[in-house]
Amino acid sequence: MATHGTDPDRDRWLPVRGRATDAQRLAGGLGWFSIGLGVAGLAAPRLLARLIGAPDRGKTPAVLRAVGVREIASGLGILSQPRPAGLVWARVAGDVMDLALLTSALGSRRARPGRIVAAAAAVAGVTALDALTARQLSRQDGATVAPSREHAVTVRKVITINAPREQLYRFWRDFTNLPRFMRRLESVETMGERRSRWRARGPGGMVVEWEAEVVDDKPNELIAWRSLPGSRLSHAGVVRFTPAPRGRGTEVAVEMAYTPPGGTLGARMAKLVGQAPEQELQEDLRRFKPLMEAGDIVVSEGVLYGVARPAR
Amino acid sequence: MRATCWIDKRTVRVEQVPEPKILNQRDAIVRITSTAICGSDLHLYNGLVPTVKRGDILGHEFMGEVMEVGSGVKNLKAGDRVVVPFPIACGACGLCQKALFSLCENSNPNAWMAEKVWGYSPAGIFGYSHMLGGFPGGQSEYARVPFADVGPLKIPAHIPDEKVLFLSDIFPTGYMGADNCNIQPGDVIAVWGCGPVGQFAIKSAFLLGAERVIAIDRFPYRLRMARERAGAEVINYEEVDVHDALKELTGGRGPDACIDAVGMEGHAPGLIGAYDRVKQATGLETDRAHALRQAIMACRNGGTVSVIGVYAGFIDKFPFGSVMNRSLTIKTGQAHVQRYMKPLLERVEKGEIDPSFVITHRLPLDQAPRGYDMFLNKEDDCVKVVLTP
Repeated sequence: MATHGTDPDRDRWLPVRGRATDAQRLAGGLGWFSIGLGVAGLAAPRLLARLIGAPDRGKTPAVLRAVGVREIASGLGILSQPRPAGLVWARVAGDVMDLALLTSALGSRRARPGRIVAAAAAVAGVTALDALTARQLSRQDGATVAPSREHAVTVRKVITINAPREQLYRFWRDFTNLPRFMRRLESVETMGERRSRWRARGPGGMVVEWEAEVVDDKPNELIAWRSLPGSRLSHAGVVRFTPAPRGRGTEVAVEMAYTPPGGTLGARMAKLVGQAPEQELQEDLRRFKPLMEAGDIVVSEGVLYGVARPAR
Repeated sequence: MRATCWIDKRTVRVEQVPEPKILNQRDAIVRITSTAICGSDLHLYNGLVPTVKRGDILGHEFMGEVMEVGSGVKNLKAGDRVVVPFPIACGACGLCQKALFSLCENSNPNAWMAEKVWGYSPAGIFGYSHMLGGFPGGQSEYARVPFADVGPLKIPAHIPDEKVLFLSDIFPTGYMGADNCNIQPGDVIAVWGCGPVGQFAIKSAFLLGAERVIAIDRFPYRLRMARERAGAEVINYEEVDVHDALKELTGGRGPDACIDAVGMEGHAPGLIGAYDRVKQATGLETDRAHALRQAIMACRNGGTVSVIGVYAGFIDKFPFGSVMNRSLTIKTGQAHVQRYMKPLLERVEKGEIDPSFVITHRLPLDQAPRGYDMFLNKEDDCVKVVLTP
């Protein structure tokens, strides 16, 4: 029996979810470490100050409390995000800040230099670990969607469609078809074999346009595309068509990444107003499937009008 | 047009609503000539199925005359007389091609809702909540029928509505309940529930070669119908212990297969019945599964438990140890009606069965609220209500 990951291509485009890499496990450990340190800073700032050799009065306890809040926030973030690379990088920045704070504490009269140096050495060690983890996580993130670009949002979904992959590939390869099942897209115009111009509705009805190019194209197997540099919306996507076992049609795996205008913040805002990108891609694929299998996407009065009865 | 709308728990009303339009190219609009209230509509009526909204049109058993077809429907034309199966199915997806029509992968536009509750979504169903599609039902004057080139079955002019209306649901449902029992010569089948589906399960078990069928209910008039019209031996569970009675009636073996035609609103005497009612009323379990528990315990070693009564969510005190240790097989599902309609129409045409025997009440559509009420409360010996728009 083949196991997941023996097909190098499959690994490149679709890392299997749920199987944590070393870096992901390390990030989890760092998340818990953050929370522990944060709780200590918040609950017992004076004790912590004495421990690291800093003065236990004056501004120090307040600073340690603030550091505690930062650590807890970063720990929770790392543990809750599926792709915490950015947050681990933020930890590196925090570590550098801590080193600066420790250095400035050396100047205080009440400081105990021996302990401060020991604390700084510990922080330096953690910094190195954070940086290493962050670098590995970024690399893994970058590998999932065409080359090395950090995106605010990355989503993956897979669906089985009872149709030959030649047909599915052909339909998808003509990007002008995509708005027929991708609800955000208003139109896609093609400009030659590899270039296309996309027009989509963002949160709140805002219209975004960008140009994209095909970066990889293996007939009947996969299509990868990416927005051109300088686009307002930075976007990359790949669709892969794999025969399902024994006449079950084709497994269509789609991975998309994008950074909306406004970057990560924009993506967060979009999520807040109820635009869940995972769900959107799932629903789009659920529309692609009937279009290919049944020639149409069935609608219901309940969906159209909110109640299961015809409307005028 | 007039349509039966869900208003609130135990309230339906016949209201004026706009007529349906073609929305998809494979749609047809059907003018309804006969429709019926299903036992499973009572679960909606009692407010036990989530995602039903005020104003939703109910009804999934209907037939009528094709008025209009979309551009993608080539096998039907205006004027054709059709029975419409209750599950909506595209005919092209992987599961439709395996004849598992009630699991069509393309007919529930609200599949995401069902996935939250059940893991994956089944097919859309007419008039049966938003999580099953949000499609208006057929207890009305007209209905839009999606995938009309796959579902509706044409009916010859000489067969009256009442003989074929139940091909839309309860006859195939009862038949599938028996079909899932894999009946062998000599088999004794027990059927819980002598409502319309139970009656058809009994009849179907005989059609499929059962030696004997034993039916279980508590209403004497329903047991009488099961005995006199469907040919079953009967047990009134309020009078005797079902488990012991079945054991005795089967030489101590237990029935070879047990069919649950009751579903999520089972009644039970005594403590376990009170337990289920309290837990269901307080939302701690969604389904009262007394009949299913009893069917499992009663089934012979290595036998089959076939479930066609509707369950919505979660049940407590499920005797899975009995299932596992005694090698029982559980088979279930919403009926794959499209699979059974044609062969069952042939049986009707050959005179092997006249499905109209379950009808006890014929009402005009406007009296749908009264129909729901009398069906729920088993007034006037009600078994099946047919409505005429």
